[in-house]
Amino acid sequence: MDDMHKRWAEAAKKSPTRQARFITASGEEVELMGTPGHLDGFDYEKEVAVPGEFPYTRGIHPNLYRGRLWTMRQFAGFGTPQDTNKRFKFLLEHGQTGLSVAFDLPTLMGRDADDPLSEGEVGLCGVSISSLRDMEILFDGIPLDKVSTSMTINSPAMILLAFYLAVAEKQGVPWNKLEGTIQNDILKEYIAQKEYIFPPKPSMRIIVDMMEFCQKEVPRWNTVSVSGYHIREAGSTAAQELAFTLADGFAYVEAAMERGMDVDSFAPRLSYFFNSHNDFFEEIAKFRAARRIYAKRMRDKYGAKDERSWKLRFHTQTAGATLTAQQPENNIARVAFQALAGVLGGTQSLHTNSMDETLALPSAKAVKIALRTQQIIAYETGVPHTVDPLAGSFFVEDLTNKMEARAEEYFARIDDLGGVIPAIEKGFFQKEIARAAYQYQNEIENNDRVIVGVNEFREADEKIEIPILQIGPEVEEGQRRSLKDIRAIRNPQRVDSLLADLKSAAEGNRNLMPILVDCARAYVTVGEMIDALKEVFGEYVEPAEF
Amino acid sequence: MQQKIRVLVAKAGLDGHDRGAKVVAATFRDAGFEVIYTGLRQTPEMIVTAALQEDVDVIALSILSGAHMTVFPRLLKLMKEQGLDDVLLTGGGIISDEEVKKLMDMGTGRLFQPGASLHEAVDYIRNWRMAQRH
Repeated sequence: MDDMHKRWAEAAKKSPTRQARFITASGEEVELMGTPGHLDGFDYEKEVAVPGEFPYTRGIHPNLYRGRLWTMRQFAGFGTPQDTNKRFKFLLEHGQTGLSVAFDLPTLMGRDADDPLSEGEVGLCGVSISSLRDMEILFDGIPLDKVSTSMTINSPAMILLAFYLAVAEKQGVPWNKLEGTIQNDILKEYIAQKEYIFPPKPSMRIIVDMMEFCQKEVPRWNTVSVSGYHIREAGSTAAQELAFTLADGFAYVEAAMERGMDVDSFAPRLSYFFNSHNDFFEEIAKFRAARRIYAKRMRDKYGAKDERSWKLRFHTQTAGATLTAQQPENNIARVAFQALAGVLGGTQSLHTNSMDETLALPSAKAVKIALRTQQIIAYETGVPHTVDPLAGSFFVEDLTNKMEARAEEYFARIDDLGGVIPAIEKGFFQKEIARAAYQYQNEIENNDRVIVGVNEFREADEKIEIPILQIGPEVEEGQRRSLKDIRAIRNPQRVDSLLADLKSAAEGNRNLMPILVDCARAYVTVGEMIDALKEVFGEYVEPAEF
Repeated sequence: MQQKIRVLVAKAGLDGHDRGAKVVAATFRDAGFEVIYTGLRQTPEMIVTAALQEDVDVIALSILSGAHMTVFPRLLKLMKEQGLDDVLLTGGGIISDEEVKKLMDMGTGRLFQPGASLHEAVDYIRNWRMAQRH
């Protein structure tokens, strides 16, 4: 057999090639072909095993999608809570199985709709939520014990969770029946998405408060969705996404253990969120490596005994940054391949991007096509009938091993810098990502990397003819008015005393969640709660480097 | 010797998407421009003050949040008030064709949309500077 491969390698070397180098989307050299030699000394039983068994390389369930398909969860949110409520109902009617809330920038930054810094941004990138009133409208007619809800929010996560709990209470749904996920991953905000408010230390305290509170009160809630998505969108490579995300996850594990929590009491409620980019096999290898690294570390380093703590569960979203404004219909094909990589990687839930997202928030039609893309993968391709069909492929197993090795290299570098938070403060992640983004863009500029419709196969005088969702100024005006009404009808003494109590809890070490729920019930606004906490915790400013 | 072109790369409002701004800043630096990056969450007032203090030739605003129809006009107004008539305001982001036209009519320079090339942006600023000298 060795002779055969030698012969082949010689023959391949003599064959002309179309280009000088063949690299992945992350700039890694690609093997022409996988061979048994790539897996010399590889312990298949130990490193790959079977699905549902440690180290879960092949998946976390023994029969994966035969039992239950992944959750089709389209991220949605725009305009007023009424607008988004309508979109949610539309998606549920078309077969979507879970909700996922996108908030606007003011909400994400803990600012009320009538804050001067919110001007021009209310309801644009997501739905505007300032008080419990908005949240009640958002979930009007949607029984919270019948859906699972994912909320993409970080710095003010504890406040939005408090709103959700208060809405459940009003609907008569007990908290232990609630299912969902709150992103609540502040570390990747410092690293990539940049929607931080407080400095890292108090931010970590808040997150551990939530983990502690939910473990007792909202046991089926996923308390942190550790996110690589934004790291990748900011321009990282696949290996950076993998390594930085898992490093963040381990930092939360360590923080909760430092508080004295038993690792098995909270780890099963941590979930992960990855990007699915263009490079098909590289992405699949990333998902497989993620499960393996996680299981090993959780068991061997953190001493988790419950196998649920070893299993890395993740949501996937196709890569927004790969979509093009040119010939936007082509994005449907890009999304389909990326989604298929997510499914072959064994994702638990999936968001497929809409073709028009480089231009604006997606229109209803574009969202429907994106959802239908998932349904086609699920019901027509036959892929979900089998589990991890790429296992055993010399090429894919080798790529998975390389991905794991790269991640381990990064873990060592992060340890050398003193851990995730010191590495953030030194700008390590930020610089690594900026460098990778610059390199990727230069490859496109120099035509080393072809993007169909952008630097090749262009169409002259292209006119974009897809309908675009526009958010009018009436959204901002309406939200300001509704907030003014809320402020007028609530009890001002109660608001003041709650805010004073919140500050005193922040100064000490009482868990902040119960008091935040009280604030929510009294219609204290997001901005008021954040401002009170800012007085105690201060604000984070990052060094402006590029 | 020809003086280096000084560019202020700016991010405004609550928008934290800085991938584009950083790639553009690095490109301008490698093209030989003098680059000052404001960092995130600047108000238009802060940007114009920085432009004044740093004595820049160009303000290049990156905006992906959708607030461009608020931020660009405000920058133009403040630049006028501060007498920055010879400073070019350019930028990029998710801005529609109609909006680009509207903003350019108001007095901004060229605005770059998704998929635009970095070389084009560099050439545009160089050409603008050359035209200014004549």
